[in-house]
Amino acid sequence: MKQMKLMQGNEACVEGAIAAGCRFYAGYPITPSAEIAEGCAVRMPQVGGKFIQMEDEIASCAAAIGASAAGVKSMTATSGPGFSLKQENLGYACLTEIPFVLVDVQRAGPSTGLPTSPSQGDVMQARWGTHGDHPAIALSPSTVEECYTLCIKCFNLAEKYRTPVIFLMDEIVGHLRENVEIPEEGEFEIVNRTVPASPAEAGPAYACKNGSLIPEMAPFGHGQRYNVTGLIHAADGFPTNSTEIADAQVKRLVAKIEENLDDILAWEETDLEDAEVCILCYGGTARSAQSAVEALRAEGIRAGIFRPITLWPFPGKRLEEISRKVKKVLVAEHNNGQILLEAERVIKNNCRIDFIGKVDGTVITPDEIVRKVKEA
Amino acid sequence: MSKMEIRLAGTGGQGLITGTIILAEAGIFENKFVAQSQSYGPEARGGMCKGEVIISDEKIGFTKVTKPTFVMALSQPSFGKYCRDLDEDCFVLVDESIVIPEDWSHKNFLSLPILATAREKVGKMQTVNIVSVGAINKILNFSSEENIKKAVLMHVPKGTEELNLKALEEGARLVK
Amino acid sequence: MASKLIDEYFREDHLPHIWCAGCGHGILMRDVAQAVHNLGLDKDRVVLVSGIGCSSRAAGYMDFNTMHTTHGRALAFATGVKMARPELEVICIMGDGDASAIGGNHLIHAARRNIGITAIIFNNDIYGMTGGQYSPTTPYGEKGTTAPYGNIDRPFDIVKVAEAAGATYTARGTAYDAVRTTKLIEEGIRHKGFSVIECASICPTYYGRKNKKGSAVDMYRWQKENSVSVEKAKGMTEEELKGKLIVGEISRSEFPELTEQYQKIIEKVQGK
Repeated sequence: MKQMKLMQGNEACVEGAIAAGCRFYAGYPITPSAEIAEGCAVRMPQVGGKFIQMEDEIASCAAAIGASAAGVKSMTATSGPGFSLKQENLGYACLTEIPFVLVDVQRAGPSTGLPTSPSQGDVMQARWGTHGDHPAIALSPSTVEECYTLCIKCFNLAEKYRTPVIFLMDEIVGHLRENVEIPEEGEFEIVNRTVPASPAEAGPAYACKNGSLIPEMAPFGHGQRYNVTGLIHAADGFPTNSTEIADAQVKRLVAKIEENLDDILAWEETDLEDAEVCILCYGGTARSAQSAVEALRAEGIRAGIFRPITLWPFPGKRLEEISRKVKKVLVAEHNNGQILLEAERVIKNNCRIDFIGKVDGTVITPDEIVRKVKEA
Repeated sequence: MSKMEIRLAGTGGQGLITGTIILAEAGIFENKFVAQSQSYGPEARGGMCKGEVIISDEKIGFTKVTKPTFVMALSQPSFGKYCRDLDEDCFVLVDESIVIPEDWSHKNFLSLPILATAREKVGKMQTVNIVSVGAINKILNFSSEENIKKAVLMHVPKGTEELNLKALEEGARLVK
Repeated sequence: MASKLIDEYFREDHLPHIWCAGCGHGILMRDVAQAVHNLGLDKDRVVLVSGIGCSSRAAGYMDFNTMHTTHGRALAFATGVKMARPELEVICIMGDGDASAIGGNHLIHAARRNIGITAIIFNNDIYGMTGGQYSPTTPYGEKGTTAPYGNIDRPFDIVKVAEAAGATYTARGTAYDAVRTTKLIEEGIRHKGFSVIECASICPTYYGRKNKKGSAVDMYRWQKENSVSVEKAKGMTEEELKGKLIVGEISRSEFPELTEQYQKIIEKVQGK
């Protein structure tokens, strides 16, 4: 029997992380993500895990990566300005291929902005925030239940692809309390990184075996005494200035995501079968769209929703297909047009593209979407 | 009842957010869909404060209260801010300490001694949110007595159970 | 003896190191290896974390679990490693820029928490990797490429900072005095809480040249002639100690180690 519980989004994120096997959390207080740190402070020792409040955002990101290098699944969470500060070590984890989950409960910016007000302004930062070309996976939940289930998925993707995964929440779902059906253990998949069987069989630390794009990963203390560095490195883990290796390394990091899109991409389609209008939205905004579609359908307007669950990589191919069938795509997001750029990139002239965005710290209401859909 | 949109407003520290969480919890025990949210930041620490909860028979899309069906105001400023421009059939509950302005013509309302009940009958001002919950459930009648009790007990500090159950009962008794 | 040490503790494929002729870092790196050897630690259980800069390259040369991190963040990464796996011996090698500038906050807070990490700072009073800019430990009045008219900042005394912040073991050694410095590092690793060993290195290429300190040999000679033991310093006036390096164990104090305290929380919460 599944249990139905009242849970807050941030709380569900903590429980999802624990269910995924996360046993280390490092963080720094900031709203609207503070409940994640508070939850982990209570829950981690209960499950034999560790919690530490670090001196700043940069240090929390570093500590999470350090713990993962030692073989323990780890997470850090932040919001707004903290996400900017995490970018340095996020890039380190991309290049060193150390998995961990970075939660960003977005708030309105730039800078200190509107603390605790809803926003989705960090979408492009999640893709391009850290310097240099790098892989990016970012998931966005629309319900409290997804704060739980998608957090597990974030850990699974991180472990499988040896890469940091960003859980891009927003204040709307982070602070929402609603019904959650907690899946039973065994009802969801748990992925763990592949660890070399023994130091003797390990081979070079960053060598990929059997055509895979993802090297195995031994935890510190395993016996394979390898080197981890944020410098471009060869398969043995040591720095190199070889242009060929640099090229191959950066391209492999990107390819391990791009060549596994079928496995990674996730989205949801609602009422699109006969739709003339497709609302493209994600995260908390999808809740407004859901009510808007109900209202529109009641009036006989055939609207539906395309909701990317993985914002990065972006399910552009599917959106392109949909854009051939509808008259217009309305992009709704709590920013000044970020996923809109992706929509424009993939839709081109297939159909009309409209946009509704908000940067004032308030939530897009269903009425506002309805009015926009009706606009000639 | 298909969908109730409830807003509780007052002063930070009155525990109204916990009040909405308790209503949401009871809603789940009654097999309803619920969505609870609240105001954050400095407001929740002593200034004006509001908590919202939607309780519905159907899945909830938009999670914020847009057309309240029930509003409670426990302070004059919150009355001023949240008790205007309401639908005719929205039920308004106010504390009897609130002065109703002459230009306010809303018919569907009740004024009850909520603060005084907490202070005098229960003997502890902190129970004002539970007195409110008692009154609200009596008015809206969406939860069984057993379930609302269960919800209250989940969200009050250890050692205060008896006091809060008394507050719940006194709150319900206010509604004739 | 030295060659045996190299065999055992260094990654010979990755030597020779990149440090300039005369640089003090090679000697200090050897001191670390010698200290680990003297303690008989299992290499598989040693994690060496470094930051960015000349000093940080030590991680790549030493045959432990090594992590060359981002500038200044070595202690923050190391904190994650140690919290996650307290049974591992975690050593941080940092430069003066790492430990006292960009990572100064991490040093202070690692000290405050008294986490069981050994912080070894190769202090050459200059940013060598980037070409000789002045650092927080560059002496007052001295020159760097970004202090062409002389440094007007007051230098940090890293040991004092660490002690004030709560480090339960602090010491200072020099590249010149390898025997003493090895002992101090050994003691630091053996110490249960957070230990800081500041190791005065030399940078003949940038600091030496910019400030007309002569050859590397001259700079080591200066270290030799200006080192004053903690014991001897006790009998000297502030005026007499000006410009001297006080070497030896500077402080030791008691406070519960962080990961042990956390383990107790786990046991309490789990009702064990």
